[in-house]
Amino acid sequence: MAGSAACPGCPATMAMRVVFKALGKKMMMVVPACCTAVIESLHPNTSFNIPTMNIAFEAAAAGASGVEAGLRKLGKDDVTVVAWAGDGGTYDIGIQALSGALERDTNFIYICYNNQIYSNTGIQRSGATPYAAWTTTTVGGKTEYRKEMGEIIQAHHIPYAAQACISYPEDLYKKIVKAKSIKGPKYIEIMAPCPPGWRFGMERTVEMGTLSVETGAWALYEYENEEVKFNGISKLLLNQKIKPKPIEEWIKLQGRFRHLFIPKKDVKKLKEIQDHTNRVWERYRKYYL
Amino acid sequence: MKNIMINTGNYIAAKAAVMAKPDVVAAYPITPQTTLVEGIANYHDTGEFQGEYICVESEHSAMAACIGASATGVRTFTGTSSHGLLLMHEMLHWAALARLPVIMCNINRVVGPGWNIWADENDSISQRDTGWIQFYCSSNQEIFDTVLQSFKLGENKKISLPVMINYNAFILSHTSMPVSIPSQRDIDDFLPKRQPIWNLDVDNPITFGNLILPPEYEKVRKEMQDCQEYSKKLIKDISKEWKEKFGKYHGDLIEYYKCDDCEYILLSMGAIGAESKVAINNLRKKGIKIGLARIRVFRPFPKEEIIKLGKNSDLIVIDRNISIGMEGALYTEVKASLFGKSDAKVNGFIAGLGGKDVTFIDIERMCEKAIKGKAKDFEWYGIKGA
Repeated sequence: MAGSAACPGCPATMAMRVVFKALGKKMMMVVPACCTAVIESLHPNTSFNIPTMNIAFEAAAAGASGVEAGLRKLGKDDVTVVAWAGDGGTYDIGIQALSGALERDTNFIYICYNNQIYSNTGIQRSGATPYAAWTTTTVGGKTEYRKEMGEIIQAHHIPYAAQACISYPEDLYKKIVKAKSIKGPKYIEIMAPCPPGWRFGMERTVEMGTLSVETGAWALYEYENEEVKFNGISKLLLNQKIKPKPIEEWIKLQGRFRHLFIPKKDVKKLKEIQDHTNRVWERYRKYYL
Repeated sequence: MKNIMINTGNYIAAKAAVMAKPDVVAAYPITPQTTLVEGIANYHDTGEFQGEYICVESEHSAMAACIGASATGVRTFTGTSSHGLLLMHEMLHWAALARLPVIMCNINRVVGPGWNIWADENDSISQRDTGWIQFYCSSNQEIFDTVLQSFKLGENKKISLPVMINYNAFILSHTSMPVSIPSQRDIDDFLPKRQPIWNLDVDNPITFGNLILPPEYEKVRKEMQDCQEYSKKLIKDISKEWKEKFGKYHGDLIEYYKCDDCEYILLSMGAIGAESKVAINNLRKKGIKIGLARIRVFRPFPKEEIIKLGKNSDLIVIDRNISIGMEGALYTEVKASLFGKSDAKVNGFIAGLGGKDVTFIDIERMCEKAIKGKAKDFEWYGIKGA
C-alpha cells in the first residue's frame, strides 16, 4: 500500500491490508468507482501489488464475472477473483449486477467496504446511510432507515456470506480465509467508519468501529449452509449474555449526528433510533437464535 | 472443404462467432438479436462452442463481463440490439478506452418509445463516438465474413479496439440466405490466437484504469484515433486476404458497384445498400450514369475515398437514421469529408425510419428527384408534405 492516496485514518486501507494478507498474491481485484479508485494512486503509478482493474460504478460484479470466466478458460482457477466495492456500488447502483453474479454461482468474493455514504463524491446519502445521519444530500438528517443488505444477500442462498468490521481484523482475516476456501459466490461486508464522512477525528476510526458493534448498530456474523452464526460481541448480544451499549454512545461521537445534540438534545429522535436498533435485534433473535 | 449453410443472419453470425472460438461469450436477450444468442447457446449445448457462456442479467453487465474476460487476455464475443446497445453505452466507451477488442454484433433496430422492433440504424449511429470500429453488412454472407474479419482486425496489436458488426433487423437477422462456410481448419489458419497488449496476470501485476491526469488522458484518445486511422489500411488488407483465401469480397471500407465513369454516385449503408444495386441497374437501363458506393465501414470513416468520389460525381446519400436537429449522419459526414476538397452537389434523404420498407423503386425515385434537381438539399422521403 506504499504511496496510497487514502485519507489519514481511512478504514478502507485497514480492511485491504487484512484482505491482501489473507488472500496472498494469487488474487486479482475488480474495483468500481469508489474511494479505492483514488487510493490506488495516480497513473502510471500504483500502490497495489496485485492485478487490479477499474470498472464502471455499477459493474463490479459483472466485470468480476468476466474475469473469473476468462481465468477459468485459461486454466488459472487457483486465482481468487475479488470485486471490491463501496456501499454505493453495492447497495444502490451495483445491486443488479451483484444479484446477477450471485445467482449465476460466480466463483468470486464480493467485498463491500461499507462507510455508509458516497464518500468519494463528497458524502452523499446511500442506501446504507443510517437514519438521522447528516450527509450533503440529507441536510436535516436522513429520514429513512438503511436497508439490510445482509438479508438481501442471504435470499440468494450463496455458500458463504459474512459481516465484519475493521476494528476486528482477526475476525475479518478468518472470514476472508474461509471465503477463499469455498467455491462459488461469497459476500463479505466490512463496516468501515469514515473520518471525514462521519465527522470524527482520524485517530478514532477503530474506536468508531468497535462502538458500532458494541451498540448493535452493526453485527458480526457468518452465513454458511443456510445458517447464520453471530460472532464475538455480536454473538453475546444476540444471546443476551451482555447488554448493548446505548446507541447514543456511538452516535454522539460523530459530527454527522451533531444536530441531534446541538443546540438541544433531540430526545425523541434518539429514542426512535434506540427503539429501531432494539427492533432489529429482536428480529435477529427471531430468525437466527 | 467448403459447405453451404442456408440460414438467417443471426444463426449465420452465431456460426461465425463460434468458428472464431471465443473463450467467453456474455449476452442478454433482446429482440431481434435473440436467435443469435440462442444459436450460440445451442452450439454450447452440442459442444461445438467450447468457451464460457455467461447469461448475464442485463446488456450493461454483458459488456462489463466481456470487458472483464477480455482483460484476462482471452477472446470475447457478444451481441445486442437497440435498447440493449444503448444500455451498454457506458461500457462501450469503457471497452474502447481500455483497448479491449470485444467483438459484437448489433442488430440495427428502432429505439423506443413507442415499441417497434424493425430496422433502423439510429441505435448504432448514436454510438459512433465510443471508439468502436463499425461495420454495416448487407447480406448474410457478409455478416459471416465480417464477424471473422473483425476478430482479426480488432485483436491486431496495432489496433486493439472493439468492433461492432451491424446488420438490419429482420431484413437480415431473420431472413435465410445461402452462405458459404469455410472449413474450421482454414478459419484457424486465417485467425491466429489473440495476443493482448495488456492483461491481468498475477505474475505481472498492474493496476489498470486508475486516476489519470489530463495530458496522459489526451494521449490515450490520440492513440485510439491513430489506431482507427491505421485500421483503414488493415481493413483493406484483411478484406483482400479473405478474398484470396475464401473467394468472397464485399468491398473493404466501401463496396463500389458500377462506379466507373459516373456522373452520380449513390451512398447508402446496410440493407438499403443491397437494395440499391437493383435501383442502380434500373437507372442505368434508363441511361443514367450512376453507381453505388455502399459504406461498409462507418468508423473509421472512409474520408479519403469519399473525396475521390466527389472529384467527378455528384453524390446522393440515403440515411436510415437521423441526428435530430441536424440531418442524416452519413449525409453530414460525407459533406464534412468533401469540405474544401470538392464542389460536388450532395443530396441527402432520410428513408426507412421505424423499419419502413425501402424498395429499389423508392431508391430510384430518390435518385431521380435529386438528379432532376427537384430535391431539396436534405429531405425526408415518403412522408406526405415533407
